[in-house]
Amino acid sequence: MTGRFWPRLVRSAGDVRASHVPSDDRAERFRRVMLPHMDAAYMLARYLTRDPDAAEDVVQEAFLRAYRSFDGWRGDAPKAWLLAIVRNCFLTSVADAANRAPMGDVDGWTEDLPPELIEPRSPESLLGEKREAAMLRATIEQLPEPFREALVLRELEELSYRDIATITGVPIGTVMSRLARARQMLAELLLPDQPREAQA
Amino acid sequence: MTLHPDKLPLLHALADNELDAANAVALEAHLRSCGDCRAELERIRAVRDLLAAPRLRDHAPGSLHARVDAMLAAEGAAAPAPPRPPRAGLAAHVLNGRWASGALAGALAASLALLVAMPQIAQTDTEEQLVQSHVRSLLVDHVVDVQTSDRHVVKPWFNGKIDFAPPVPELAASGFPLVGGRLDYIDDRAVAVIVYRRRLHTINLFVRPAPTLSLPLGVAMRREGYSLLRWTAGGLEYWAVSDLDPKEMALFRRDYAAQAVP
Repeated sequence: MTGRFWPRLVRSAGDVRASHVPSDDRAERFRRVMLPHMDAAYMLARYLTRDPDAAEDVVQEAFLRAYRSFDGWRGDAPKAWLLAIVRNCFLTSVADAANRAPMGDVDGWTEDLPPELIEPRSPESLLGEKREAAMLRATIEQLPEPFREALVLRELEELSYRDIATITGVPIGTVMSRLARARQMLAELLLPDQPREAQA
Repeated sequence: MTLHPDKLPLLHALADNELDAANAVALEAHLRSCGDCRAELERIRAVRDLLAAPRLRDHAPGSLHARVDAMLAAEGAAAPAPPRPPRAGLAAHVLNGRWASGALAGALAASLALLVAMPQIAQTDTEEQLVQSHVRSLLVDHVVDVQTSDRHVVKPWFNGKIDFAPPVPELAASGFPLVGGRLDYIDDRAVAVIVYRRRLHTINLFVRPAPTLSLPLGVAMRREGYSLLRWTAGGLEYWAVSDLDPKEMALFRRDYAAQAVP
């Protein structure tokens, strides 16, 4: 009887130790592995929230969650792992926002661009590299969320289709069609007209 | 649209270097004979060139680095302290068998010692965690997951996230307006946190099922300048943490307990 309960007590003491002693190592490892991706995390948050302050909040929350679930990280693709958490934090942060279009009906997006997307300032009216970049950014920010997300993950974060599929939780085929649609929207908004008006 | 909409995803994949060799060869053969698809590929590349602008890339501002650093430091400090030497010493002492008359007696004594000592040790860690959680919630400006003064929103919000139902009374009339609720982890277990306010002070009220071994005693203490107040009711254990003075904490407890309808 004695033998039955005392190993359990010893084990519980051992557990305590096991989870504590490496905590410094763990924190150190987290800093070494994850902090270099803070720019990437911030950039994704910027393009998702479209607001620098909100982006900081999202990234900080993401690092907190990442740190707490660091033990669950399998040791591969740290950037993709972190960006998935950033994305989740963003979705949590806007879950209550009433003005957000539900994610559900965007996959069926096949319509032409809504007028408010086409209307903004024409590229020709904006001069200078800086203003051009600002205009470009504003244009990207106006893309509907799933397309913007796919575009940013591919073009700015330079992730593979497979990583993007993992992060956004959709099949690779969906990633490809979202990316194609996002670029098509940008082409229509940004590129000078080409002999290509055969819009079906 | 191009005349070959089925080729469109492949064109993007080609531009992204995501096409396997077999598909790439087939597509390149098609491109040689299809002007529309060639033009489409050019447009894709033109868009990609636009997006190569360095100004589109963001860098995390210094303020964010500082915030994450502070948060990680607080998180590290929040981790429970390493095991106390006396406990390890006792265990080691017992285990090497020089103590008392035999290993069995030693084991039994160790068990009893741990059994007596552990709740107290756990308790100390709990208080530390509560204070750290309180501080962290203010530091990272993440006091609540669900922000509302409507108790009929907070209470259902906890449904499905935890397996108990903490009472969420509205105490605005007593000067403790409800701010909202959030989930936190104390002693490796999800706990409900109901957040009230007293003037500019935030009160974090941690609620969890009362541990079976816990004493039904009310405890009031101060720790690192924070007031902690513990009580149990209806099988739940309550810990209120705030920088309020102990008198107002007692007032809060009284009002909460009076209004708390399970």
